[in-house]
Amino acid sequence: MTTLAATLARFSASIRAAGAADRPLQIRAGGTKDFYGQSIEGEVLDPRDYAGIVDYDPSELVITARTGTRLAELEQAMREQGQMLACEPPHFGTAATVGGAVAAGLSGPRRSSAGSLRDFILGVRVMDGHGNPLTFGGQVMKNVAGYDVSRVMAGSLGTLGLLLEVSLKTLPLPVAEATLRFEIPEDRALERLQQWAGKPLPISAVVWQGGELAIRLSGARAAVDAARTKLGGEWLESVATAQFWLGVREQTVPFFATPLAIWRVSVPSSAPPLAIPGDQLIEWGGALRWCVTDADARTIRSRAAALGGHATLFRQGDKSVGVFTPLTPAIAGIHRDLKAVFDPHGIFNRSRLYTDF
Amino acid sequence: MNTPVTGPRFLRQAEVVGRLLARLPSSRVLYAHEDTKPYECDGLSAYREVPGVVVIPEDDDEVAFILKTCHASQVPVVARGAGTGLSGGALPMRDGVLLSLAKMKRILAIDPVGRIARVQPGVRNLAVSEAAAPYGLYYAPDPSSQIACSIGGNVAENSGGVHCLKYGLTVHNILRVRGFTVEGEPIEFGSEALDVAGLDLIPLITGSEGMLAVTTEVSLKLLPKPEVARCIMASFDDVEAAGNAVAAIIGAGIIPAGLEMMDQPATRAVEEFVHAGYDLDAKAILLCESDGTREEVEEEIGRMQAVLEQSGATGVRVSVNEAERLRFWAGRKAAFPAVGRISPDYYCMDGTIPRKRLGEILRFIAAMEQKYQLRCPNVFHAGDGNLHPLILFDANKPDELQRTEQFAAEVLRKCIEVGGTITGEHGVGIEKINEMCVQFEPHELACFRGIKAAFDPLGLLNPGKNIPSLHRCAELGHMHVSGGRLPFPDLPRF
Repeated sequence: MTTLAATLARFSASIRAAGAADRPLQIRAGGTKDFYGQSIEGEVLDPRDYAGIVDYDPSELVITARTGTRLAELEQAMREQGQMLACEPPHFGTAATVGGAVAAGLSGPRRSSAGSLRDFILGVRVMDGHGNPLTFGGQVMKNVAGYDVSRVMAGSLGTLGLLLEVSLKTLPLPVAEATLRFEIPEDRALERLQQWAGKPLPISAVVWQGGELAIRLSGARAAVDAARTKLGGEWLESVATAQFWLGVREQTVPFFATPLAIWRVSVPSSAPPLAIPGDQLIEWGGALRWCVTDADARTIRSRAAALGGHATLFRQGDKSVGVFTPLTPAIAGIHRDLKAVFDPHGIFNRSRLYTDF
Repeated sequence: MNTPVTGPRFLRQAEVVGRLLARLPSSRVLYAHEDTKPYECDGLSAYREVPGVVVIPEDDDEVAFILKTCHASQVPVVARGAGTGLSGGALPMRDGVLLSLAKMKRILAIDPVGRIARVQPGVRNLAVSEAAAPYGLYYAPDPSSQIACSIGGNVAENSGGVHCLKYGLTVHNILRVRGFTVEGEPIEFGSEALDVAGLDLIPLITGSEGMLAVTTEVSLKLLPKPEVARCIMASFDDVEAAGNAVAAIIGAGIIPAGLEMMDQPATRAVEEFVHAGYDLDAKAILLCESDGTREEVEEEIGRMQAVLEQSGATGVRVSVNEAERLRFWAGRKAAFPAVGRISPDYYCMDGTIPRKRLGEILRFIAAMEQKYQLRCPNVFHAGDGNLHPLILFDANKPDELQRTEQFAAEVLRKCIEVGGTITGEHGVGIEKINEMCVQFEPHELACFRGIKAAFDPLGLLNPGKNIPSLHRCAELGHMHVSGGRLPFPDLPRF
């Protein structure tokens, strides 16, 4: 048996044993996202022995990797070919793996223009609660055979199974990028972002915080230059800006250095200012609003719901209020039934998403 | 006029009709043969079944009432939009209700600021872009049938089109789906925010072929209309060289808005029909579109032109104006009807392959043309590896349909073998249900059945489509051993 096959056999045996004994398993690789989610319990199942890029042909725009592969290694391989994972998933540490990024389902600054991590998934291989490896989707752009299980894995936080392999769509790195800076209050910034988003401009990311709006332009050289002239603002040198956008993605910019609760409020991009006390950092053209606040969960959640969105207690704070917005009874029922399909013994990442899930 | 039919088979029909008429007018509850016959098939006319009852709701409350009624009587329900689907996803059931959503065709709102269109399922795909046009916005997915096909059907099939490589499929362009469960309870998937709490169920609903819930409202993402679009038409004297040129364009870091290939038999059929100005001596032509700002397009067209010339294009023409660009596309978009003119019948296939295997698959198709003595022009969404070979046949000639189906089945298996899939955008429906047994392992199919049961425990929504039963696959396996393939023995033939 090859090492990889032996690793899979070991995973399968661990899962079967845990199922038989009704013992929860905690799927955990680098542990860079331990902070995220409701709670963690169970014995660790570490997928990092199952690593490596399986297939990467840049002209096919697809990369397939085992989920124990470090995310940095995957991105390096793409960069060497002039490509990227355009949803810019945050790492939150050098140990971050591909599987962890998919399970967390988080996307970075480029999400509003390029799409979410979910959007870039073409296929997965996942081990279910019976210890069986299952393959869904594939390595092609268009595939509508059977239900689209692979994209449901994004953001499932390991509650449905042990991800083994994932195929992701790659895109070329933009030829040119530029960052512009504006001084502008929140309400006017939100308005302007909506106006710009309705025009064919190469805006790939935005951040508003503390009265300053930064926008990143990406694309063909001519398009970036033309947009720069059209939009005005102060043009920032590109060397420092790469670090800045990385800091936004990784949440290492000063805004996130706080002992207070950090809420992730997801609303339609055209929603007005949240008017929640505390500080805010706005991304995704207005659709993602990070709040550093000591406001109570009820206030934040009811405001988010009124605007058509939801709020997640992302870091710090009192998790007893529920990290994720509670589901409607109908959707919660479907969650429970889907969980039973993939994980009949309920052993995978128990309580990571919801306490009863 | 509706005349009730009597007899043992129709006992349940009378029961269901009676209950539906308690709330709905008789003009929208059809059960007489002459009224239900027009619904006997969708765009895949090889499979036909006259539905027991056709019911046509006009609003959400009526949909809920119909579903509750059918659920109480345990009657299967098949939802149908415009009926343009190509895999028999909306094939009715003799003892079931066909739920036509065609009258629910209101555009509920266009939000030009938030760039969202809220529409009912019967709204035509193209009508969304037309309604959004005054705001400089449009809805990106554009299946070839966009003049007729409806958004509800697009969601059910996860429809594609010619711009998917750059703009994604339906699943990438919808935000929220509202509808009803099989029990008639309201349910909502996704959100007009960019994500939801819990599992993201939008990918499950999109492409679920009407088997998980009934859609009554969809929020669609609108995009700013590109300032300008231009198209290159490139000729090649060799099909594989054209395939290599596609890889070279993408290898050069370009994501064209559209990247289509047609082989010589396809261009010849089309040229006669629409006079698009195609090079009839070329073994294959490529259509490469660039869209965006003026500056962007100029730069990208220049880069693509250079790559095409380096890749051995024998001719390269760039559209000089919008009229010419549309003419280049008119041929591609009319490929199916054009082929319909040169053959009494044709069978449109829909497999996807990794692009690098294109040459191999085209040689395989050529060999199948010889083997089955049938012609097969090819149109191809080259950018995303989605093939549409069109097998020409005459259903009136003995065993031509059967040979066609065997031809198609071999090509689909080849698609799986080279790492592709049996359907890129047309769906499984009834047409490819046997191939599902080839593409998926028993554990995977069991998982699909579990998902179905999570939404629809009694299996009343569009039963028998998309996901084959264990029994069907077992039987098919048996048929493999005996060497012959007899697709859908339980289905009537025309």
